[in-house]
Amino acid sequence: MNEEQTFTTVPVEDLLSRVLGFRDKGWRLVQIGAAALGETIEITYSFDLGGRLSNLRVSLPSEGTPRVPSVSSIYPCSFLYENEMHDLFRIQVDGMAIDFKGKFYRTTVPFPFASRKP
Amino acid sequence: MPRTIIPFGPQHPVLPEPIHLELAIEDERVVDVIPTIGFVHRGLEKLVERKDYQEFVYVAERICGICSFIHGQTYCQAIETIMKIEVPPRARYLRTIWGELSRIHSHLLWLGLLADSFGFESLFMHSWRIREKVLDIIEATTGGRVIFGSCKIGGVRRDIDPVAFQAMLAQLGLIEKDMREIVTVFLNDSTVKERLVGVGILSKGEAHALGCVGPTLRASGVSQDMRQLGYAAFDEISVEPITRPEGDCHARCSVRCAELFQSVDIIRRAVAKIPDGLIATKVTGNPSGEYLARTEQPRGEVAYYLKANGTKNLQRFRVRTPTFANLPALVKMLPGSFLADVPVIVLTIDPCISCTER
Repeated sequence: MNEEQTFTTVPVEDLLSRVLGFRDKGWRLVQIGAAALGETIEITYSFDLGGRLSNLRVSLPSEGTPRVPSVSSIYPCSFLYENEMHDLFRIQVDGMAIDFKGKFYRTTVPFPFASRKP
Repeated sequence: MPRTIIPFGPQHPVLPEPIHLELAIEDERVVDVIPTIGFVHRGLEKLVERKDYQEFVYVAERICGICSFIHGQTYCQAIETIMKIEVPPRARYLRTIWGELSRIHSHLLWLGLLADSFGFESLFMHSWRIREKVLDIIEATTGGRVIFGSCKIGGVRRDIDPVAFQAMLAQLGLIEKDMREIVTVFLNDSTVKERLVGVGILSKGEAHALGCVGPTLRASGVSQDMRQLGYAAFDEISVEPITRPEGDCHARCSVRCAELFQSVDIIRRAVAKIPDGLIATKVTGNPSGEYLARTEQPRGEVAYYLKANGTKNLQRFRVRTPTFANLPALVKMLPGSFLADVPVIVLTIDPCISCTER
């Protein structure tokens, strides 16, 4: 099995307009996930339409505070993924529909998946 | 009207695992809800940085104590795609058979929990009695009952001989007969219908917009089943998604009931068509690349994202479990319902917190 899927990197400024485009064409939000890769943090937004998978990717420097806008005004279900990204990777997501303010996951180590020390 | 906040969980008699709902109540009606998880988050995804990618199959299987086999299978499929490994046809059929047995026992477990949630204890016991017979088949063919370690990268670890296949089919016939008896009660008994019909309605548009998956999505009329992607032997064994238009608790129960018999049918077709040959391919080298694999768990689509850089440890392993995707639906289904219906509505998404707290 080799499912057809694409990964497209976009600048963070274009994220909302691109996500809105997926929503307007009827794509379902499959997941939002982050990956800490040393100097950068990748955030992948995955969408499905009729079994086709399309991934939007934002790449941010892990220095400072990685910051992305929330897509919860477009996909309301995204607030869970966004709180997860904050609590595990220390990514600041601006404008989440429901913000658990760092209490979504009760971890003994703060931001355990971030690539650097807080 | 004064509003009362009632904490539901994380410890609650109807919940086998910890999830917390902050329920805002006016009189006996729920008007708002905020779900919270994260009480027992295990951080298994991080382990991938220390475990060899081939060893990690064991960890993937332990993400869930119910649908463990399909977790291991999905992980293997992602690695196999990245490494361009051709899995032998017989192994793909064996994966299909064990995957569907897992679906049957998971749905029977859920039916028992649902019966327990509305106080029908004998129905709960009958559901789990039948489930034991499915676990017996799994034990006879793998040596394990729930976590059976049969999947590995490149194929499977064990074969099933023709005698065992015949015993499995004979036992499945008896199980199917037993299932018909309890399904009749679940779908037609007036006391059960009283608790399920018209309760916790999720429309087709809401289910899609909230990113729901699995029976929760299909019970709202959306025809989507990841088995149609054609993984394992599903490119040769067709699957038609079972849908219901009503979107209520009864519809979610009805979808799972119908899927029990669909899985029995899939197993019969797989046993009839399974080819001879090897059950595994030798795997050498390390993976390099990325892939997002999706399969249909009993609770719905699971997504496994893997990123590898050519070393024996993966860079990133990320799992989006079906329960995680179905949690936002609770925010939509619970407002407007009676407080007494909350346990039933919560159960109808079949929450698996073990998966979600991977």
